[in-house]
Amino acid sequence: MTSPDPMGTAPATLITLRVNGKEQALDVEPDMPLLWALRDVLGLTGTKFGCGQALCGACTVHLDGEVVRACVTPIRRAAGKAVTTIEGLSPDGSHPLQRAWVALGVPQCGYCQAGQIMTAAALLRKTPKPTDAEIDQSMAGNLCRCGTYTRIRAAIHQAAEGSTPTSTREPSK
Amino acid sequence: MSGAVVLPRRAFLASLGLAAGSLALGVVPSVAVAAPAAAPAKVAALVPAAKGPGLVPNVFVHVAPDGVVSIVCARSEMGQGVRSSLPVLIADEMGADMAHVKVVQADGDAMYGDQNTDGSTSVRKFYDDLRRTGATARAMLVTAAAKKWGVSASACTARDHAVFHDASKRSIGFGDLALLAAKLPIPKPADVTLRPKSELRRVGGELPLLDGPDLVTGRGVFGADVRLPGMLVAVVARPPVVGGRVTKVDSSKALQVRGVKRVVELPVPKGPPAFQPLGGVAVIADTTWAAMKGRAALELSWDHGPNATYDSDAYRETLLKSVRAPGRVVRKVGDVDAALAKSAKRLEADYHVPHLAHAPMEPPAALANVTDAGCEIWTSTQNPQASRSEVAKALGLDASKVTVHVTLLGGGFGRKSKPDYVVEAALLSKVMKAPVRVQWTREDDIQHDYFHTTSAQHLEAGLDESGKVTAWLHRTAFPSISSTFAPGVKEASDGELGQGVLDFPLAIPNVRAENGEAVAHVRIGWLRSVNNIHHAFAMGSFIDEIAHARGADPKAVWLEIIGAPRNASLAELGVDKLPNYGATLEDHPIDVARLRTVISRVTELSGWEAGRKGGRALGLAAHRSFLSAVAVVASVVRDGRGKVHVDEAWVVADAGTVINMERVRSQLEGAVVFGMSLALHGAITMKGGAVVQTNYRDYPLARMPEAPRAIHVEVIPSDAKPGGVGEPGLPPVAPAIANAVFALTGTRVRELPLARHGLV
Repeated sequence: MTSPDPMGTAPATLITLRVNGKEQALDVEPDMPLLWALRDVLGLTGTKFGCGQALCGACTVHLDGEVVRACVTPIRRAAGKAVTTIEGLSPDGSHPLQRAWVALGVPQCGYCQAGQIMTAAALLRKTPKPTDAEIDQSMAGNLCRCGTYTRIRAAIHQAAEGSTPTSTREPSK
Repeated sequence: MSGAVVLPRRAFLASLGLAAGSLALGVVPSVAVAAPAAAPAKVAALVPAAKGPGLVPNVFVHVAPDGVVSIVCARSEMGQGVRSSLPVLIADEMGADMAHVKVVQADGDAMYGDQNTDGSTSVRKFYDDLRRTGATARAMLVTAAAKKWGVSASACTARDHAVFHDASKRSIGFGDLALLAAKLPIPKPADVTLRPKSELRRVGGELPLLDGPDLVTGRGVFGADVRLPGMLVAVVARPPVVGGRVTKVDSSKALQVRGVKRVVELPVPKGPPAFQPLGGVAVIADTTWAAMKGRAALELSWDHGPNATYDSDAYRETLLKSVRAPGRVVRKVGDVDAALAKSAKRLEADYHVPHLAHAPMEPPAALANVTDAGCEIWTSTQNPQASRSEVAKALGLDASKVTVHVTLLGGGFGRKSKPDYVVEAALLSKVMKAPVRVQWTREDDIQHDYFHTTSAQHLEAGLDESGKVTAWLHRTAFPSISSTFAPGVKEASDGELGQGVLDFPLAIPNVRAENGEAVAHVRIGWLRSVNNIHHAFAMGSFIDEIAHARGADPKAVWLEIIGAPRNASLAELGVDKLPNYGATLEDHPIDVARLRTVISRVTELSGWEAGRKGGRALGLAAHRSFLSAVAVVASVVRDGRGKVHVDEAWVVADAGTVINMERVRSQLEGAVVFGMSLALHGAITMKGGAVVQTNYRDYPLARMPEAPRAIHVEVIPSDAKPGGVGEPGLPPVAPAIANAVFALTGTRVRELPLARHGLV
């Protein structure tokens, strides 16, 4: 090919990467966002499509341990790297964040929560005991339309403290 | 390239079970090379209602001989917690143990009664009926045990998943009774006796979140997550203006995109929008990405149709003009004009709320598979029955040939009551002779919503020398939801006016409410709490304005204006009838005492009496909607940049009888943030008939740093009939914030959002 290929009609080359610990070779266009490779090609539907513009964080995954928005990350950027999705965060949903999320009843519709948890997991790895301000800053890219932010904050603190889950509930009158 | 090329796939149709909400995913084949054509297809159907031998006293309950009790949730789960709540009510009435209960999500079918998960109805409309379904099952199990033992049924009780005869210390499990009970005649629901409320063991408490474990592990299945072998994905270019149509399609470049199968023109809708797809051009491909690229490569020309000149900024002036002149009188007590003329002081204010978009985190998506046998749908819908009937109509099929499976909804807020996107999927699957998932992008969602209406309101009050309000005039004008379903609608419906204008109790001797004409130029739909959003904003702000004009405590003025504890009659309200959200006034009176209680309690909790201090200011608002009373106090501070920030909020609600206190509280917390989004940022505008905003960049929602550091919720204990919960928390939020902003800054916000005034 001597000319650019704007329509993506050229034969693609295989892109290899590790997803949740498993080697994958993908026969897809190199500009396909990681999100769609995960969802449409690998069938990993836990990572969600929310905006397609890195504005909402529903598609958050880890690429070599760093938070990326899969909806704007071309698959070629993931070549040779390790991707962790919500399905790979823990083998059985036992990550401290996942446990805190359930204990505090964080999810409402739940659609954004995989992305929230993946962003929070990266935060805790770098900042094991984050302040409210650090949480606010790290989580600012993850939208929740149901409005679960106060519980997300509480759940991150709880996971960070590794304490026995307690409730955000106030004593009832 | 034309026609559907459906490649064989190494696919597995997984059997799956909704065991206690966990959807078992299919086996993902180990593939050396994964390409779109070899995508591991997983998941097929959500489980149908339990079949097989056992007791089936009605369509909601199945007791299997192995003791598994299947309970149907016929309402859509969109975050309000119906799946964690309604089945528990039935189980408690039965005496079933939730550890042996399987919750089954209903397909769309009229046999379940109304399934449109909308209007905060799931508990308030079905509480008694659902109890009867459980009580019927219990009655049959008890009768079966009594017969087996030769004792009187009245000597037997059902609890802990078994029937007990305490006198002889005998018990039999529900499973062992299932086949015996199945032989008995089914009592009429009206003939079964409900348990005393004290015997409902879990109802009213803090119930576990059924789908919680699935939602934190990525296992929850939403509309876009279902996979079928040979499935294609469609992305649609819709007319930018409602009523427009495509005039020229050049699909040559789109068809060159690798993975694109075909370009299909959708039919032009006829008549009012209703639930019809908007038309346009679909690109169908083997992946979502290919379909999106294909759509971007389309070259299209449009005839924008009769709404091409709609400009929402200009329309704002039209609406304001409408409410500055007399309109159709819809509520009248005394003589407002005479009282205004006599008043010692007159206040007036105009309010405006722009269009709003629902913007649920999950954009609309639907998967349809049309075959010779009919059409099978998987979708995140609030309205499975309308999805079914609309698909049947569009395909020319009998509704019995259409099956609609309901997935989890990634938010709904009213958007997913309208099945236009479901019909798109069905039409395209028929053309492609393959399963087709229609995927809306965020841009599609923001630009082609059924928008919350835009409104103007004019309020006027007359005060006597002591400051007491003697006259109240309220004019409202907004395009009606009815315009989406019928041509030429200019007036608001009673149902819309019944959301604040007709039903808000006013202890004022002269009251008149009027409705001005307004013509719609976009699809108007219902958004969480609907017309209460703008009515509560204007009325709640105006009461605060009256208080400040008098130099009085807003709390005292709120209590004075709603008046003494009483049930407000139609005569007192000045109306002939009241929609009252479909309920009678006997069951759900306009109970001023309850509204007073939530106001008093929220001001106690928030330290209202201490007033403004430490750079914080408080704002109060209250509203009755969907048969529940809610009061909100918002605390507002200035942040480092001098912008206002809601740092804390208090919500007190009286929603009558509650099934799941934990989810009630979470809904009220969420309502505060949802209300912040619209109060601080919410504005959809149209130029040339088309929506200006495109995504969360220009239609911002509240984010984590904006979220209050605490949202305190209290729910008043009540044995009254259940009211709504999903919506009533929202209406008081925006006026509470606006009132706090005034207290802090002296700036009175009469036009939302705050961003319009540079306050955030």
